[in-house]
Amino acid sequence: MTSAPALTDAPLEELIVCPVCDATYRLQRPEKGEQAVCTRCHKVLIAPRAKAGMQIIALSVATVVLIIAASVFPFLQISAAGRSNAVSILDAALTFADGPLLVLALFTAAFIIFVPLLRMLLTLYVLIPVVRDRPPARHAIAAFRLSEAMRPWSMAEIFAIGCAVALVKVADLATVNFGPAFWMFGVLVVLVIAQDGFMCRWSVWNSLEHPKKQ
Amino acid sequence: MVCMELAGTSEETVTARAAGLVACTRCTRAWPIETARCGRCGAKLVSRDHHSLQRVWALWLVGLMTYIPANLYPMLRTQQLFTVDESTIIGGAVELAHYGSYGIAAIILFASVVIPLGKFWAIAFLAISVRQHEGFAAHKRLVIYEVVEYIGRWSMIDIFVVAILSALVHLEGLVSITPGPAAFFFALSVIFTMLSAQAFDPRMIWDAQAEDDEAADHD
Repeated sequence: MTSAPALTDAPLEELIVCPVCDATYRLQRPEKGEQAVCTRCHKVLIAPRAKAGMQIIALSVATVVLIIAASVFPFLQISAAGRSNAVSILDAALTFADGPLLVLALFTAAFIIFVPLLRMLLTLYVLIPVVRDRPPARHAIAAFRLSEAMRPWSMAEIFAIGCAVALVKVADLATVNFGPAFWMFGVLVVLVIAQDGFMCRWSVWNSLEHPKKQ
Repeated sequence: MVCMELAGTSEETVTARAAGLVACTRCTRAWPIETARCGRCGAKLVSRDHHSLQRVWALWLVGLMTYIPANLYPMLRTQQLFTVDESTIIGGAVELAHYGSYGIAAIILFASVVIPLGKFWAIAFLAISVRQHEGFAAHKRLVIYEVVEYIGRWSMIDIFVVAILSALVHLEGLVSITPGPAAFFFALSVIFTMLSAQAFDPRMIWDAQAEDDEAADHD
């Protein structure tokens, strides 16, 4: 650790520390489209993209519209021997609501609908002022923190796979018809994943810290 | 791809702790080691989270305890005309395989049995190995950690399948599906193992590795 003194000379603002392995680096901003990677554990530290802010905002708006529409319109419908039943995603999420499984209903509704929705709204709240070169919105830092904390709990894509499995199970019981919400949900999953992939967290934190410089 | 230039002059990596700094694990900003809160994002700063292993084990244990009833109680109750059929997680998968849907049976078994059991093993392995400093290289441990973090959420598939089936399949007088108590326990098990994995501080993996390297240098 002979090089430690050289580190302490540098201003703290020009350092970046890998959150996974604690390796400390002098900050080097990668060009748009490039990535800065930790040499020790290969974690991607910075990955800026050209016009990422605007793309993320567009994707988030689209996702919000789709989440709301997809949870209200009929999602799946089954019919057998003249009887039929149609459900929306909200029905599916709240299916546990009657009886002792109420807690589970709240969890599933949160994982499929409310957490993704809230994350998108928070992203919009944080990013719109930043992209327009305005000072950050009030409590933008707390908002982005909350959005990041909820990341593992947004499970739209897992619900999509769950749908596929459920369809196979139902197929020999009854005829299944897809409602409009089914296709919306398919698009939605792709958008959620893209929105997540475009976002460079370091860039967002940095622009919240230095609103004028960016 | 740009590789970060190391802050020191030599090739060796310098950890923030060795440099008298503490890192914010949320936004990667560096602060003097006595700082309590990150001035950029407000996260609590801890150079090494020594209580983290206790939290990991506590959450791990709750996850394991809830996983047992999740497999013993029925997951689905299928009421078809006059017969009522209750199936557990494994029973349901076996039944699917009987009807010839091997792929789906494999997905269910993988998501509900292989992933949770693998996760219990992996978290326990990591928590023990950072204490005992033996066996794997840090890189392999890190791969295990990342796989656990990434794949843990996918166990929720089975809960969502139950949710969709029991909402959808309600044909009066013909057939109806209702969730069993196992669904509740299984969801709890997934949530607690996810929390357990999140409580783990991956920097301990690298500390264990660095200590091993130093010990090797002295030999």
